[in-house]
Amino acid sequence: MRLRGLMRKEALQIVRDPSSIAIAFVLPLLLLLIFGYGVSLDAKHVPLGLVVEHPSPQTTSFTASFQQSPYFDPHHFSHIKEAEEALRHGEIKGIVWMRGNFDEQLLSGETAPIGVFVNGVDANTARLVQGYVQGAWTTWLQDYARAQGKALAIPVKLEQRVWFNPGLRSRDYLVPGLIAVIMTLIGALLTALVVAREWERGTMEALMVTPVAIREILIGKLVPYFLLGMGGLLFSVAMAVWMFEVPLRGSLLLLLATSALFLLAALAMGLLISTLAKNQFVAGQAAILATFLPAFILSGFIFDIGSMPKPIQWLTHIIAARYYVAILQTVFLAGNVWSVVLVNALALVVITGIFMGLVRRRTSKRLE
Amino acid sequence: MWHRIFALVIKEFLALLKDKKSRLVVIVPPLVQLFVFSYAATFDLNEVGYAVFNEDAGMASRDLLARFEGAPSFRLVGYLDHEGQIAPLIDSRKAVMVIRIGPHFTRDLLLKHPAQVQVILDGRNSNTAMVASGYVGTIVTEFSRTWTPTHGFPGAPAALEVRAWFNPALQSRWFIVPGIVGLLTLVVTLLVTALSVAREREAGTFDQLLVTPLRPVEILVGKTVPGMIIGAFEASLIILLAVFWFQVPLRGSLGALYLGLLLFLLSGVGLGLMISSIAVTQQQGLLGAFLVLVPSVVLSGFATPIANMPEFMQNLTHLIPLRYFLIILRGVFLEGADATLLWPQYWPMGVIGITSLAFASWLFRHRLY
Repeated sequence: MRLRGLMRKEALQIVRDPSSIAIAFVLPLLLLLIFGYGVSLDAKHVPLGLVVEHPSPQTTSFTASFQQSPYFDPHHFSHIKEAEEALRHGEIKGIVWMRGNFDEQLLSGETAPIGVFVNGVDANTARLVQGYVQGAWTTWLQDYARAQGKALAIPVKLEQRVWFNPGLRSRDYLVPGLIAVIMTLIGALLTALVVAREWERGTMEALMVTPVAIREILIGKLVPYFLLGMGGLLFSVAMAVWMFEVPLRGSLLLLLATSALFLLAALAMGLLISTLAKNQFVAGQAAILATFLPAFILSGFIFDIGSMPKPIQWLTHIIAARYYVAILQTVFLAGNVWSVVLVNALALVVITGIFMGLVRRRTSKRLE
Repeated sequence: MWHRIFALVIKEFLALLKDKKSRLVVIVPPLVQLFVFSYAATFDLNEVGYAVFNEDAGMASRDLLARFEGAPSFRLVGYLDHEGQIAPLIDSRKAVMVIRIGPHFTRDLLLKHPAQVQVILDGRNSNTAMVASGYVGTIVTEFSRTWTPTHGFPGAPAALEVRAWFNPALQSRWFIVPGIVGLLTLVVTLLVTALSVAREREAGTFDQLLVTPLRPVEILVGKTVPGMIIGAFEASLIILLAVFWFQVPLRGSLGALYLGLLLFLLSGVGLGLMISSIAVTQQQGLLGAFLVLVPSVVLSGFATPIANMPEFMQNLTHLIPLRYFLIILRGVFLEGADATLLWPQYWPMGVIGITSLAFASWLFRHRLY
């Protein structure tokens, strides 16, 4: 009965303060739009300088593959100096350079060098450009060998198969992880602010003089925000599937169950932060610094945990979002792979338990 | 007038730094993040787990596999002996990649037939898959190149000579660390300023400030200066660490960098104060800061290139000050750019800064509760 009253109070607070509703629904919408469209690792239409000093059928057959490619936006130069100037000014991201004697060397049986310069500042894009150029080169060599009726110059052919995401769409990989970032925001930031506000305004003291137990206060806070968070989750999943066309190969039920688990962990983190901080300024900043940024950078949402230095890899184990991101990526793209889901869900249970325990210990009916 | 502004600046500093917790929040987390993120945020592959399913007993396949074992990007997880083992290994994420060599690999090569290598990649992390695929391509091509002349294959008619400018080893850290300078500077300035007016509004002291002889412009200056000083201090600290700890080369002129920093701080503080004057409560102020911060991080090109975004998103990024500052940072650090080359990046930040500051000071008087 008392619990019902508390929950009612929290629910009213949510309904009457538009900013809480905003966090739960407008924020996911906005974030999914921004991230879904804004974060892409697929290099497309990369401005590439093609320097052909002496055009011939051979050079044309090589550059043709760049003309048709959706990955490049070719710019033509006849001197390397102009192209280098353009690269320096950032007008192009890379140069493919065929020297004036390309044809002679090709016909004389020597190996004709093709210069490839990339702007290495954005190392990732540079590597992708290199990869594409290498692919174009291999295809060209095969065509050349066939046209000349000669044996292939590259004896080993590589056949690649990418599972779960054959088109290597970065969106399919980023959007599921994004749900973890959004859930962290809803769970941790919202509760951190709400409870800190009660401390700041002194209404926490008012609650304490009532007969409600600490446990009831905590549950009363958790339940409404849990429901709010689950609403936000359903909304995000719907957008991921229908708007961003990310396949959901696993079961929705499993996704919801593990999400509920993660949401509890996030809520517990928010509660812990607010009980420690007791003021909105510090609680808000701590929530951003301790939950949002790690969920963004240390969770494997965008940067691969396996490639981080060992000490950082250990550190990621205390980030709840890490386990949730692994579950999300697997359930969305690979299906119900129990060996991944169970291990990570177990880790989430442990983390939730620890945070809940800490909250329970740090919140007491005592004033400082 | 300067005396009054000075008093206000002192007061702002005291309000911010007198509380131990808020002092800690301004200083410690940015440093921790600098270290954690600089090491964590990488697109480079490092010891990515792979497995080998080799049905070929010949020396050519051993030769090829030895090249993978020597590569620091990959780490061998195990050998498979039948096809059924591939799926569970990849599904459970124990290996990101399986290299499969058929039974006739060496025989084909010796008979001068093209031989085939199959690579199966886990596409859940599409970027890792793509980068790994690039590395595999390089290793296999390199193997082919050394195999051809010694085994009677014709030499390749043309070969690629690949060189990367500005960042020859293609380390992502050189890309990320200068970005972190901008990111953390923005976080600190926004947090310091976004709550400053809202906090006073909530406490009722802002009304008191308005009835003092201070004019709105003076209040504005008084609120701007502390944010800029703290931001400049943190940015300098991070730049020092970027150069001396992370060994990122600083090739361009410091003057060009600090001109950029000054304008960037102006726009950051402007946005922060604007949010703060719109907000009625601190919670709204914080939310507002967040609504600026998140798109800034995502759309500025900090982690993923702006060029990959759809056209309308690319146009939106012109409203984000961090976008310009990131180009300046990376330009000065890596490309050795000077102020003339960076001029197109300077003025938009100035415009954003002055517009938002003007709006904020107008709001001081026109939004009273």
